[in-house]
This record gives sequence, C-alpha cells and structure tokens, in this order.
Amino acid sequence: MSIWDYANPTRFLRLVQIVLPWLIGLCVLAFAAGLYMSFFVAPEDYQQGDTVRIMFIHVPAAWLAMMCYSIMAMSSLGTLVWKHPLADVSAKSAAPIGAAFTFMSLVTGSLWGKPMWGTYWVWDARLTSVLVLLIMYLGLMTLWRTMDDPIKAGKAAAVLTLVGALNLPVIKFSVDWWNTLHQPASVVRMDGPTIHPDILWPLLIMAIAFTLLFFVLHLMAMRNEIMRRRVRALRQRAASVSFPSTATASTQAAE
Amino acid sequence: MSSWAMALFQRDLRLSVRIGGSALVGVLFFLAVVTVIPFGVGPDLNLLARIGPAILWIGALLATLLGLDRLFQADREDGTLDLMLMAGRPLELVVLIKCLAHWVATGLPLVVAAPLLSIFLNIDPVAMGAVTLTLLVGTPALTLIGAIGASLTVSLRRGGLLLAVLVVPLAIPVLIFGVSAADAAIHDPVPFMTPFLILCSLSLIAAVIGPIAAALALRFAGD
Repeated sequence: MSIWDYANPTRFLRLVQIVLPWLIGLCVLAFAAGLYMSFFVAPEDYQQGDTVRIMFIHVPAAWLAMMCYSIMAMSSLGTLVWKHPLADVSAKSAAPIGAAFTFMSLVTGSLWGKPMWGTYWVWDARLTSVLVLLIMYLGLMTLWRTMDDPIKAGKAAAVLTLVGALNLPVIKFSVDWWNTLHQPASVVRMDGPTIHPDILWPLLIMAIAFTLLFFVLHLMAMRNEIMRRRVRALRQRAASVSFPSTATASTQAAE
Repeated sequence: MSSWAMALFQRDLRLSVRIGGSALVGVLFFLAVVTVIPFGVGPDLNLLARIGPAILWIGALLATLLGLDRLFQADREDGTLDLMLMAGRPLELVVLIKCLAHWVATGLPLVVAAPLLSIFLNIDPVAMGAVTLTLLVGTPALTLIGAIGASLTVSLRRGGLLLAVLVVPLAIPVLIFGVSAADAAIHDPVPFMTPFLILCSLSLIAAVIGPIAAALALRFAGD
C-alpha cells in the first residue's frame, strides 16, 4: 500500500468515506476526555489560577499551526518533485485550516497575556514569528485565489510554501535564541518535559484531539476541493461543447 | 563572466536605467519616505537619531518592493522571457544576473543615497557608515528574495500588491539583522560583527535560494 494508490481521486474519496466517520468519532471522544480533564482534573496553577487552562487550547493550536505548515511543505515537495496529483489539493485545503489554528493561538495567547504579562501584545520573538506565519498563510491563500488554473496556482504556491518553510525553525527556536517574555520550551525538550503530569496529560490529550480535528477538517476540505475541481472540469467541458454551437447559431441568426 | 551573461547584464541595466528610470524613482521614493517620518513622529532630533537606522532600512525595503514587479514582468510582456526560457542557458543563472542588474540599477542608488539622507535624520558619522554598510550587504538579499515574489506573480495582471504581501514576511529576518547591526554600531549592546555577519549570511542564502525558487516558478509560469 503506497501513497500512489491514492493518486486516483475516486479511490481517495472512497478511502475518505470509510475513514472519516471513525476519525470524527475518535475526535469527539478525545475532545470529550481532553476538555473534561482540562476543566475538572487539571489543578489550578499556584501562580496563574484558572487562567492556566487557556494553555489547553493555546498550546495545541500553536503546535497545529506549525504542523499544518509542515504538512503543506511536504505536500509541496510532493507537487514539485513527484507531481502527485493530490499533493496540491492537500496543500491548498490545509492552508485555511492552518491560518485558523494560527489565528486561534494568537488570540488565546493574547487573552492569556493580558492577565499574565499585563498586555495583549508584545513584539517578542515568538509572537512576531507566529504573526509572520499567519501573514504567510494568508499570502499563500491569496496566491491560490489569484490564479484561475489550479495546477499552475498549485505549483506557484508550492515554491512559496517551501521557501517560507525556512520560517518554521525560526518559530520553534525563537524562544531559545532570543531571551524574551514568552516562556521557553517546556514539553518537547531533550531532558524531558518540565510540566507536572497532572497538567501534562490533559495537554497531550487536547493535542491529540486537535490533531484529529485537523485531519477531519483536512480530509473534508480535500474532498470538497476534489469535487470543486470536478465541477470546474465539467463546466469547462460543457462550455467548450456548447460554445461552438451557440456561435454558429448566432451567425446563422445574423444571416 | 561569459559573454552572454555580460550581454544580459548590460541589457537589463540599460533597460532599467533608460526606460524605467527606476534608479531615480527609487531614490526619490526613498527620500519621500524619509521626509514623511519626521511629520509622523515629530521633529525631535534625538528621537530621529535613535530610530534613524530603522527608518533608512524600512525606506530601502519599501523602495525595493516598489521596483520589484518590473523584474520579470516587462520581459514577459514583450516575449523576451520565453526566449530566455528556451535559450538553453541555466535559468537560475539568468535570474541571478537579472537580479544583479536590477540591484545595481535600484538597490545601489539607495545605498549611495543613504549617507545623504542620514544627515536629515541626525545620524552621527559612525552610525552613518554602519547603516550604509548594512544596506550595501543587505539590499541584495531583498532583491533576491523579491525575485521569488516577482516570479510567482509574473503572470498576474496587477501582481505588485500581492508581491509585496508575499515578500515582506520573507524579508523580515533581513530587516531585523540589518537594523540590529546598525544599532549595535551606535549603542553597542552587542558587537557590530555578530549581526553583521548574520546579515551577510542571509544575503548568501538568498543568493542560493532566490534564483533556484524564482527559476522554478518562472518555468511553471511559462508553460
């Protein structure tokens, strides 16, 4: 079973139809468990009180914002190197989802920042690089919209996605390279997480739930994109068939 | 440099200097940006001296963005770009030479104008030298990164605005290290060489990635 078996959109759509209900079910379960744990199991932070619970939305959203771009970068490689027909469908449908997660992490971050740091926004390295990520998502979406040929737009966007992928390590290491207000990495570390397990577990389950949500939305968006392209192809065919006949009809009418 | 490369360089340089007049327009725009800032932040000379390097850098970035859409668009409109694509020369090299010519015509005048504009902003001589040096090293990176945006939007009717949106996020690291190197020369919280060398490396990275990505995008836009 290789990824090439799903180069055929029909086969891919069949797979989506089988996988999607299970994925949705798992996603709902994970969210139920994760939300329950983050509201009732996780203790209040001794300094931050209840506001620490923002973390269970904020951190997974930020992770997903970066994972989504990584998936787009891999899809772009698929478009440019292997010319996989579904790769640019995947990249295109991932962009708005990634932009939404990025926006969500910025909004929850600034809501958390107000009580903790006393301000909604600082020009710190992590915040700024994530804002740049949001601008890049929006720029990519615009680039896709400005070209009417999806294949051509997909290739152009793939080039830009890969160039923009240089921003990802900057975001990841921004808290280590520049000593700023945002706290340094505390979960994914060489010497193990520095968070207490009571908070770490809800966080990880919420991260899994968010990841499942991403895959549900991504598969749905890919399905929609494939359908949209089919409609476009059918319309073009209909136009190319009907246009000569209307042209002759009008010339006959003119005569 | 082989003869075709030299010929291409001279052709692009002549075109941009004679027809576009981009060198003069770019510098005029740079002057306009620098003139507008004191009206915005107030004519306090101490404040202007402090934010002067940043103003010059932002002005250079905006002036570079302004001229970028001409980099490939004019050649595409009259069909030259198709000839370049079919000529069998390495397209990456063609892009690099075009970028070089474009930088000499639009970027270099900005660097030359920077010391003069520093006087308006009350920047002292040491900082003036530092800003000019960082602009000299950093503006090629802006042009080379901009070439990616220019090649992506080459087939669009009015790609200039989109180009700016696509290029600005990629140009932010250059701006950060350019300004921090210039600042380091004034206040020296860190040695000047550290951010300066990072800026140099950004230009070198852009010289590799820019032409490759732009050539890729031009090939896709061509067929």
